[in-house]
This record gives sequence, C-alpha cells and structure tokens, in this order.
Amino acid sequence: MPSRRVLGDWLGVVPFFLFAVAFIFWPAMALFVGAFRDAQGGFTLANIVALFQPFILDAYWLTIRVSLVTAVGGGIFGFLVAYAAILGGLPRGVRTALTTFSGVASNFAGIPLAFAFIATLGRVGMVTVLLRDVFGLNIYDRGFNLYSFWGLSLTYMYFQFPLMVLIISPALDGLRREWREAASNLGASNVQYWRYVALPILLPSLLGTMILLFGNAFGAYATAYGLTGGSLNLIPILIGQQVRGDVLHNPGLGYALALGMVVVMAVSIAAFSWLQSRTSRWIRRGA
Amino acid sequence: MGGRRFWSWLWITLGALYFLVPLYATLHFSLQAKRGTLSLLAYQNVLADPQFYRTFAFSLQMAAATIVTGIVLIVPTAYWVHLRLPKLRPAVELITLMPFVIPAVVLVFGLIRAYSRPPLLLVSSPALLVAGYTVLSLPYMYRAVDTGLRAVDVRTLTEAAQSLGAGWPTILWRVILPNLRVAVLSGSFLTLAIVVGEFTLAALLAWPAFGPYMALLGQNRAYEPAALAIMSFGLTWLAMGVILWIGRGRQGGPSELSGTH
Repeated sequence: MPSRRVLGDWLGVVPFFLFAVAFIFWPAMALFVGAFRDAQGGFTLANIVALFQPFILDAYWLTIRVSLVTAVGGGIFGFLVAYAAILGGLPRGVRTALTTFSGVASNFAGIPLAFAFIATLGRVGMVTVLLRDVFGLNIYDRGFNLYSFWGLSLTYMYFQFPLMVLIISPALDGLRREWREAASNLGASNVQYWRYVALPILLPSLLGTMILLFGNAFGAYATAYGLTGGSLNLIPILIGQQVRGDVLHNPGLGYALALGMVVVMAVSIAAFSWLQSRTSRWIRRGA
Repeated sequence: MGGRRFWSWLWITLGALYFLVPLYATLHFSLQAKRGTLSLLAYQNVLADPQFYRTFAFSLQMAAATIVTGIVLIVPTAYWVHLRLPKLRPAVELITLMPFVIPAVVLVFGLIRAYSRPPLLLVSSPALLVAGYTVLSLPYMYRAVDTGLRAVDVRTLTEAAQSLGAGWPTILWRVILPNLRVAVLSGSFLTLAIVVGEFTLAALLAWPAFGPYMALLGQNRAYEPAALAIMSFGLTWLAMGVILWIGRGRQGGPSELSGTH
C-alpha cells in the first residue's frame, strides 16, 4: 500500500514535469546536441572551436561589456536609490511609490522601451534637442550615439536599476537598527560601521543581484532589436538572425552560440543563488 | 542628520528623473505629429489602423490561452507539492526559474529546432507560441501561487473537503482555487502584461502579434511608435495597478476561509 500511495503522489506532478521536458529541456537538448554535430550528423567539436573567431568573440565581448556596465552601474544606482528610500529617513510614501514604480519599470522592456529612448536621446529626442538648443552641446557631435554601446547601456539601465531596487529592498530591511546602535556604542564611526558591519552583510546580496542583472542584460533581445534594428553585433541579435535565416551559413555554429549563452546564464544564476543564500543566512540569524 | 536627508533626496530625485524623463519625452514626442502644435494625431492614426486591433486581439487571445495553461499547470502542481511532496519543491522551483537561464531568444531557437520536423510539426501552430509563453510566465505564475498557498492552511482545507466527500477535482476547483483567487489573479495580470507586448517569440515564430506590429511601426513611422509606447506603458501600469488593488490589505493577513463561495 505505501508504495501505491507514493506512486499516486508522484502522478500529481507528472503533467508539470512532462510540460517542462517537452518545452524546456527537450528544446534545450536539441540545441545542445546540434552544437556538437557536423553537417553529416557525426560528432564534432568544430562548432565550439568556431565560436573563437574574431567576429563572434567581438559579439561576446560587446554583449559582456553592455551587461557588465549596466549590471554594475544599474546595481550601484539601484542600491543607492533603495537605500535612500528605506534607510534614508524619508517619508514612508516615498518607499511605496518607489516599489510600485520599480515594479512597472522592470517590466517595461522591449520594443516600447526602445521607442521611449529614441524619443528621449535619439537624434531628435527631447533631451538631445534640449542639450543642443539650451546648453549648446550636441551630444551626437561629441561621439554619443543611442544606437551604439553607451546608448544601449543607458536604455538597459531603465529596467536594470528598478530590478536592483526590488531585489535588494528585503536585504536592506534586514539590516537591524540594533547593529548600528551596537556599533556606535562600541565607538565605531559611520565609515567603520559600513566597512565592518553593513557592507559584509549586504555584499553577497549586492554581488548576487548584480550577477542576476548581468544575465538579464546578456539575454535581452527585444530591446536591442527595437533600438538598433539588429545592426549591433550582440549575441542575442546574432542568434535572432540565425533563427530567421542561417546567416552564419552553419546551423551547428548557431546552436553553439545558443549553448554558449546558456552556459553564461547558468553560471550567473548559480552564482546568484549561492550568494543570495549566504545573505539570507545572515539576515535570518540577525532577525 | 540634515546631510543624510539631503543625500537621500538627491538619489531619490535622480532615480525619479531617470524614470520620468524618458516617459515625459515620449509623451511629448507622441503629441507632435502635427507640425508646430500639440495634437493627438499620432494616437488617432494608431487607433485608426485595423492592424492595431488585429494584432492586439491576437496577442490578447494568446495571453488568455497562456494564462489558462499556466493556471491548469501550476495550481495543481504547487498544491500537490505543498500537500504531499515538499521534497520536490526545490526541483519545481528550479524548473520555474529556467526562463532566467534560457533567455527567450534561445528558447524559441530550441522550440523551432525541436518542433519543426514531422511527426512533431508544431512550429506553425499557435500551440507552440502558447507553450513558449507559458514557459516565460512560469516564474511569475508559480511565485504568485506559491505565496498564495503559504497563506492558506492547505492541509486543513483538504481534509475538511475530503471528510465531506469531495474528490480531487472538486477540492481543486471549488476549495483550493477560490482560496487562491488573489494569487492567481495577480499571476494572471503579470502574465498578461508580459505576453501582450512580447516580441521575441512572436517575431521569430512569425506570428502577427502586437510586439512585432510595434517593431514594424517603429521602422516606418516617427510619431506613432511614441504613442504606442505611451499606450503600452499605460497598459503595464494598469496591470500593476490591478495587481496591487486585488492584493490590497492581504499581506500576511488571515486567509479568508469563509465567504469564498
């Protein structure tokens, strides 16, 4: 009887796992297998080796730079904003407003976000025109271009920093007032409190969230496409072009590209959850 | 103390500016379709385009199908994991987080490769799009339902229903689901917000959805895209507003065991 009961228990989750296999793991497997196959269907490492050609390395490098800049920049900015709202002695309403806005902004990505930034910082965008007419500063003459590295990074920041606000807020809530009081009772300065108490506690969470932001930017396709129309040499754009039509003239290489991206994302997520669990341990102990 | 306040206000102001300036610029831009005067012409053009309604309706249908699939898939699974298989929770959670590991552009690549050959020729069926959207919505839907289940006493509810002679379908449909109303609704609206404007899957699977329509308009028009961005932003706002509104006053509050029927 117990074995039948156990079997019955497992039946309850079968549909979910079947769905996951059919629409997540099997497609992922198909790409994985394809990455190690040559045109005749035999095993090969040539596709993986082919990833190391300059054109693709450039794409990885640009994608990594955009992801890194927006993860670190968005991370620090988001942290400062969240800190100001939660621990900065501001009215409570500020925090509520910030949380709501962040929820909306972190979901406002893709094509409409690209449109918004074209209207802001494009060649005839409001801020561009304002800087030119009022301050005499033509940012496009100074080398700025919305459709290149910095433009893309500024646009990604729009959903990156609110995500930081949303994820870091619980950790900031976990900083106990008693810790600060204990530190100052023991004669610690503000800098010392940060250096020896607050930062070590928050650091895993901060780093972890930045890694999550990194992955978030690394896989972004719609925003990049909406902004550049596919002209920028980014890994998601390359994969998209490969899906639309074999632009690399080698299906296997396309699968290898996708595999490379999944590896980067998986490493980021693993690092994120590891670091996140370290923070939550601290905060649970403190509470 | 005054110094600290000053810095707090400074960062909040910078954050607010980053958030609001692009919105204001977009709104401003969207009103300039008529030279030299502010007008709603761009909005009128958008609303006069039959393609707008067609693609929007298509995306709404896809969103509805995704929400139903998500509920049917997630609610029984999360319930069962809570009740009988707590050991399985990490595995289920991990699966629901897969969209963060496999970005949409890779997911659609895999789906096309896996389902473009007979006997599994699904690429031209909307079912594959819905399946892909369901995968993308897993983290949000699961999280919402899981939070909802934590707030109700699943075991007592189940035992009470069983002792009154209810079978599993009755328990799920008439006892558990009504108690998860708020959770399911917020998961659904989040899914709606994600699916309606989604671009990657729809474009690469070649569906005439709202996301690809917006992208196309962006290539051909100047002011209409800004109008669309404002409308799309309004929709996201609306979805978030509804989520907040249906969830009001529920955080950590007692679950309502009575009054659900």
